[in-house]
Amino acid sequence: MIEAEKLTKYFQKVAAIEDVSFTVEKGEIVGFLGPNGAGKTTTMRILTGFLPPSSGTARVAGYDILTDSLQVRRRIGYLPENVPLYTDMKVADYLEFVAEVKGLERRHRRARIGEIMEKCRIVEVRRMLIGALSRGYRQRVGIAQALLNDPEVLILDEPTVGLDPKQIIEIRQLIKDLSGKSTIILSTHILPEASMVCQRVIIIHDGHIIAVDTPENLTARLQSSAKLLITVDGPADQVEAALTQLSGVLRAEAKDEAPHGAVSFVVESERSRDLRREVSRAVVERGWGLLELRPADMTLEEIFIRLVTDEEQEVRG
Amino acid sequence: MNVLAIFKKELRSYFASPIAYVVLTIFALLSGYFFYSLLTFFSLSSLQASFNPAFAQGLNASEWIVRPLLRNIAVTMLLLMPAATMRLFSEEKKSGTIELLFTYPIRDWELLLGKFLAALALYALMLGISLLDLVMLRFFARLEWGPILSGYLGLLLLGMAFLGLGVLASSLTENQIVASVGAFGVLLLLWVIGWSTDAAGPTLGPILSHLSIINHYDSFAKGTIESKDVIFYLDFTLLCLFLTLRSLESKRWRG
Repeated sequence: MIEAEKLTKYFQKVAAIEDVSFTVEKGEIVGFLGPNGAGKTTTMRILTGFLPPSSGTARVAGYDILTDSLQVRRRIGYLPENVPLYTDMKVADYLEFVAEVKGLERRHRRARIGEIMEKCRIVEVRRMLIGALSRGYRQRVGIAQALLNDPEVLILDEPTVGLDPKQIIEIRQLIKDLSGKSTIILSTHILPEASMVCQRVIIIHDGHIIAVDTPENLTARLQSSAKLLITVDGPADQVEAALTQLSGVLRAEAKDEAPHGAVSFVVESERSRDLRREVSRAVVERGWGLLELRPADMTLEEIFIRLVTDEEQEVRG
Repeated sequence: MNVLAIFKKELRSYFASPIAYVVLTIFALLSGYFFYSLLTFFSLSSLQASFNPAFAQGLNASEWIVRPLLRNIAVTMLLLMPAATMRLFSEEKKSGTIELLFTYPIRDWELLLGKFLAALALYALMLGISLLDLVMLRFFARLEWGPILSGYLGLLLLGMAFLGLGVLASSLTENQIVASVGAFGVLLLLWVIGWSTDAAGPTLGPILSHLSIINHYDSFAKGTIESKDVIFYLDFTLLCLFLTLRSLESKRWRG
């Protein structure tokens, strides 16, 4: 249903996404997971025809987004991230307008709008100005306009951001209800949301896809280990021995690229434990110089940690 | 079909915001005042003419009231047309609604045409208001309807050119003030560019005169419809709309 082929987008000289390729099967719900600024929105904007890619292309619902943009746009429903709606229009008038430009036949329009309003539970605000609606209602109007043309592909950019927990649950349920009928691609920076709603998750970071898997498999991968990078001014073999002796350390692996006279190790530990205190104490107590101690480069696991902490912070906040 | 949908949305939006009411009210006030002052001056002159039959020869309502009234309306449009067009694309860009609009199955020209026609409808409404003055005048003076109709046709064409430039300005920026001031500035420049015709010499002079957006109106005011003037306004409008289309496309391509 969606085949993205080496999508690349440059803004000025900065690559927002690079060589992004993936496929989504008919009826699937796929989550686009990544921290803010990873390139989720850019990818979605390309798929909807709002932005052209710098290179690469994609096929949505069987049509090329570059050569058959209009055909693609007839078959999609799109909810942009900030839900930009006409604040000076009434909900019902707005949906009427969308139904018209999406090419719904006049005699079916009324019924379809009623049906969608019911489904998204916005019947009670139909006579209100969109500008006067709460964030939750606005989001639902946004989803309603996306669903009006019964789209083959539904593209939702951060559909639950900024909602309260009760609304989040409602929206997630609404999305789940659509599964099987529409092909859905939704973006989120919240890991549990992706695992709750999606059958498959695409993890994107710094404009690159770094993993595509089911939520279960990804979580399994996550439960292995965490890595620290440490650079010490001391004798290599003794440092290695000292590090491996620490409880909780699974392995210490020497790295080549160390500053002159120092040694670097990647220390792997059990995921649940933060060993930075123990490691630094072990080094300092032996009289070696501790030059550097930081989490190793952003790996899949690190991104997961960030995604998980984002969710925790949001729940607390 | 899409053109109609966009047209209806824009027209509704004009009247949902204060823009339509402000523009229409100010226009009604200004044109009403022009009409009143021209009328009083005319009736004063008529009184004087009753003592001087020779003077009365050149006195008629069409030349003393209608022609200057329409010309004053044209001046008013310099200011009001950019106000009517400034939001058409700028607001969509600023509020982000253009993102959804561009992902609906609407062709760019349908979008442009719908918006342009909505602005044109607002303008036609303004002209309609001014026409009321003349309908009233009809009961008190003998009017030549030929020059009036050609004058209004000229105003309509002139207004289309103004609107075209306004729409273009609006598509170039997301700031409504910039769109409005930019369109006003260029229109004013195109208006006064004919003033330096005499000083500009034999080569440049006619070119400046031809560029002047108001010089082409003169023939309509006199009651003649000259195809070169009709074509000038239509060309100008189409050029502006064409450039707007390019600007919309480039917005898509630049991101």
